[in-house]
Amino acid sequence: MRLTLAALLLAAAFASLLFGRYDASPLDALARLWQGLHGQRPPLWTVIVELRVPRVLAAMAIGAGLAASGAAYQSLFRNPLASPEVLGGLAGAAFGAALGILLGHALWQVQLASFAFGLLAVGLTLLLARLVGQSGIVVLLLAGLITGAFFTALLSTAKYVADPYDKLPAITYWLMGTLSSVDAHRVWLTVPPMLASTAALLALGHALNVLSMGDEEATSLGMPVRPLRLLVIGLATLLGTLSVVLAGMIAWVGLLIPQIARLIWGADNRRVLPASALLGALYVLLLDDVARTAFPVELPLGVLTALVGLPVFALVLRRVAVGWSE
Amino acid sequence: MIEARDLYAGYDRQPVVQGVTLRIARGETLALLGPNGCGKTTLLKALCAIHPAHSGSIHVDGDDLGRLSAPQRARRIAYVPQQHRLVFAYSVLDVVMMGRLAGRGLIARPTPADFAAVHAVLGQLGLRDLAGRSYAALSGGQRQQVLIARALAQDAPYLLLDEPASSLDYGNQLRLLELLGQLRDGGRGVLFTTHHPDHAFVVATRVVLMQAGRFIAQGTPAQCMNREQLARLYALPADKLDQAVRAQRWAQQAV
Repeated sequence: MRLTLAALLLAAAFASLLFGRYDASPLDALARLWQGLHGQRPPLWTVIVELRVPRVLAAMAIGAGLAASGAAYQSLFRNPLASPEVLGGLAGAAFGAALGILLGHALWQVQLASFAFGLLAVGLTLLLARLVGQSGIVVLLLAGLITGAFFTALLSTAKYVADPYDKLPAITYWLMGTLSSVDAHRVWLTVPPMLASTAALLALGHALNVLSMGDEEATSLGMPVRPLRLLVIGLATLLGTLSVVLAGMIAWVGLLIPQIARLIWGADNRRVLPASALLGALYVLLLDDVARTAFPVELPLGVLTALVGLPVFALVLRRVAVGWSE
Repeated sequence: MIEARDLYAGYDRQPVVQGVTLRIARGETLALLGPNGCGKTTLLKALCAIHPAHSGSIHVDGDDLGRLSAPQRARRIAYVPQQHRLVFAYSVLDVVMMGRLAGRGLIARPTPADFAAVHAVLGQLGLRDLAGRSYAALSGGQRQQVLIARALAQDAPYLLLDEPASSLDYGNQLRLLELLGQLRDGGRGVLFTTHHPDHAFVVATRVVLMQAGRFIAQGTPAQCMNREQLARLYALPADKLDQAVRAQRWAQQAV
């Protein structure tokens, strides 16, 4: 089943290269791709290699990363409603990007600010939880809530003072999530660490199973709970923040996709994590294809992931929620 | 041997266990009895380093427990908590496999031999039919048995069980006691807490009576569990205890 999913993902990735805004049919694109592989460089080849390949890679890396970190957080926090934003990292990254846009910096500076504030926010959450002096996950969640709300308030402030004709639309559009500003250079810089972090999370399936039994039992079952928790938080933060850096806010993938994966593959994280990563990659890839080709203007990807994902979630909620009330 | 000396342990600097000294040797079953809230669970958690002790020392086969890594501890001591609920619908096989992989690091993956071992443990406890069932959908007694299976799969020389019989039916209680005896005879060191003095008589080689964080008596069941000690332990007038004992004689009369 997971192999089928992987094959499907590869096929979808290849097909995604053939569709786009450039005025050429998929068959034409296939022919140009073939020519390109034999040494010729028609314009469409350049479009595919310079624009579509990076975008397809970014979409898959973001989908896989968000879904895997969502699944990992749900086990870490013993809560099926946890998602990559619970520790405030995404709110911090969003504020960082808004601040960068507000100060009128170049795209790379906006992205750097986004990355830095994402890490800063999670760092503050961990620090706050440590100052409270209790190691439990509830304190961590509350600290994340506080940090997230604080950076969301800062974001509102940034929007409020932004120039409404220029900067405010830029901030708003960024926050809706889009892959339209992705280019090859940024993808080569961000996608490899995202893939590495996702792979590392995938390797931790057994550890996350044990961690989801609670700190005490995880300790008695031989898990170094605190270092493990920090490792998972570090990997998920890197994934979440880099996804905001590349594409702004891509909503709900981290919460929804692991639920669907559990519905199909059961609770064992050794299966749920890879399945979530594959499903998440496929989901974001296909919706990004829709976002960039379905209408005359490009749709915001983050809005689409919510618009499509939430009704699906509502439909399967009854089956997903089995056992939650206990 | 697990050896605790002058142990103080508890929560938020409030010592619940107060100056306890205890030995658990391989090949013995030690029953820990005491009223609710006397510190039995806190003691067990300190003995497997779930909650670090405030002061005192714990050594396992000569090694300081605090200096062992979490995986090293898990290879020496298995712990059965009082029953709990899970958020995720793990199968019984998944749960027992967590015990089998304990102490093998973060990225352990089960081999065919691990699956065989887990099925063997499930068979030993008569739980083979439950392997594919969701743990969350089991009854309280079945969950308790699965947690015991998980501890057995951990294959550690010492086993600490916190009220392992509390949710079990009468038959499963007796089967559990028999199992604890077999583990002892197989060379493991077993410490279990119980609220049933008769369990201690059935299987314990030694008994510890605990009250308000301190041990008030230690010895063989016959030495410790006389009428006066039990009445004192549970703060009961002796005649109440006699009534209870008379009520329990139905089982003997039925024999």
